[in-house]
Amino acid sequence: MGNLVIRDLNQSFRRDDGSNLIVLDNLNFDVKDKEFVCILGSSGCGKTTLLRLIAGLDTAQSGSINLDGEEIQGPSPKVGFVFQEYSLFPWRNVIDNIAFGLEMNGIVREERYRIAEHYLDLVNLSQFRDSYPSELSGGMRQRVAVARALALDPVLLLMDEPFGALDAQTRNMLQQEILGIWQKTKKTVVFITHSVDEAVYLSDRIIVLTPRPGRICKIFPVELPRPRDRTSVEFAQVRREVLNLINQNCSIQ
Amino acid sequence: MGRRAENKGKDWRLGAAAILLALVLWEVIAAVIIRYPFILPAPTDVFAAFASLLQTGDIFLDLETSLIHFAIGLGLALLVGIPIGIMMGWSRRTESLIDPLIELLRPIPPLAWIPFAIIWFGLTAFSAGFIIFAGAVFPIIINTYSGFRGVPRVFVEAGKMLGCTRERDLIRYIALPAALPSVVSGIRIATGVGWMCLVAAELFGVSNYGLGQKLWFYYSLHQMDSVVVYMILLGMIGLAFDMVFRYYVDRHFLKWRTGEVV
Repeated sequence: MGNLVIRDLNQSFRRDDGSNLIVLDNLNFDVKDKEFVCILGSSGCGKTTLLRLIAGLDTAQSGSINLDGEEIQGPSPKVGFVFQEYSLFPWRNVIDNIAFGLEMNGIVREERYRIAEHYLDLVNLSQFRDSYPSELSGGMRQRVAVARALALDPVLLLMDEPFGALDAQTRNMLQQEILGIWQKTKKTVVFITHSVDEAVYLSDRIIVLTPRPGRICKIFPVELPRPRDRTSVEFAQVRREVLNLINQNCSIQ
Repeated sequence: MGRRAENKGKDWRLGAAAILLALVLWEVIAAVIIRYPFILPAPTDVFAAFASLLQTGDIFLDLETSLIHFAIGLGLALLVGIPIGIMMGWSRRTESLIDPLIELLRPIPPLAWIPFAIIWFGLTAFSAGFIIFAGAVFPIIINTYSGFRGVPRVFVEAGKMLGCTRERDLIRYIALPAALPSVVSGIRIATGVGWMCLVAAELFGVSNYGLGQKLWFYYSLHQMDSVVVYMILLGMIGLAFDMVFRYYVDRHFLKWRTGEVV
């Protein structure tokens, strides 16, 4: 299961001058089990803030986030997180990075390597089992980060612009790969991006946020069949619709 | 890697040639120009002194005594410095509590503690150890502290998301390994500073043996060739400590850092 229900979510930060900066303004949305949802918005619209709240890394000012009927109150092994920046532990090699969560959850050595190797295989990096993160390319590091997040078998996978720092070709390849992994592992995915192209390629639904304060501008279903072809007329059509929507209704007022 | 190793080989031969040249120059200046061993003993005198010192076997007792003093000082510095550094780096409140105190004590030269070392510990190995401790503890505290302070937030949060949520586990599994390069470089600095304090620590008669003690002893006998033997020994052992860090600790202990910009 992996049903995410978000109700009346508000978050604001106190500025140095004492005034309040509203970051998220009354957000309401659901993500269904096994759904792939992208949250699309320009930088500073509170996308990352939202994801950190869902992860339990921060606490909301008001409102509720429920995962399968349970309120999120802190980091939980049911939720996996792939960070925007490189987050692999540089002192652990690839296999020990993937096995970290299992180790923390008391899984015995043999069993955790067996599980970690399965996920290493899933991201096609078996030949880099004993490499250190510093020896991997940016794309490979993020694939290991995905494997590490999946190793605890979470129901919900949160991804915070995981491919933002990668070149376009690598990004396209990893998008394809993450869809394959999603179809195999049947996770609910909430994926943050500022790229319309990425959102249209990946999503079942796109949640478009307006910036400052972050509000839901539009929830946009993408009904293109998979695998999607970026160069097709239909793809271009959907992309144009989303872009027009952003330009007309969802930019800074 | 291959090219680097090759370059190292070239550097090594050049360096050896320079040392040889310096020895020849030294011999010429001492034996031909100055000709007064009390002012400057020649390398050949020093070598002869070394040979006769080896025969008495005292040199090994000196070495043992000095290493004991050093081990007491450095061991104590690690035992005290690392926990204090961890506490200061991990918690803002402990930092505010301890930092002013550390900053007040740190500028006091280690040798200025000699009078109190004698009063508190008498003329014992612990007295010498205390002076070495006073020199070694601060680099360890400061580097451990700054290492822990600099642990990237994303590592801590990644750890939390993977079920490493208790503070003790976060320190053990995330902060400590992330801070390790900084901690190790602090220990390396402390080793250097501590070793420098050794000569002074053995100056005030805590033992009848010791590299520093013998240096002063032969000075009082005006046997300057033996003084140079002990100077060289002190330097060589200091160098050996540094080599341990450079070639062993960095390569084997911190091998994950290879390829990273340091």
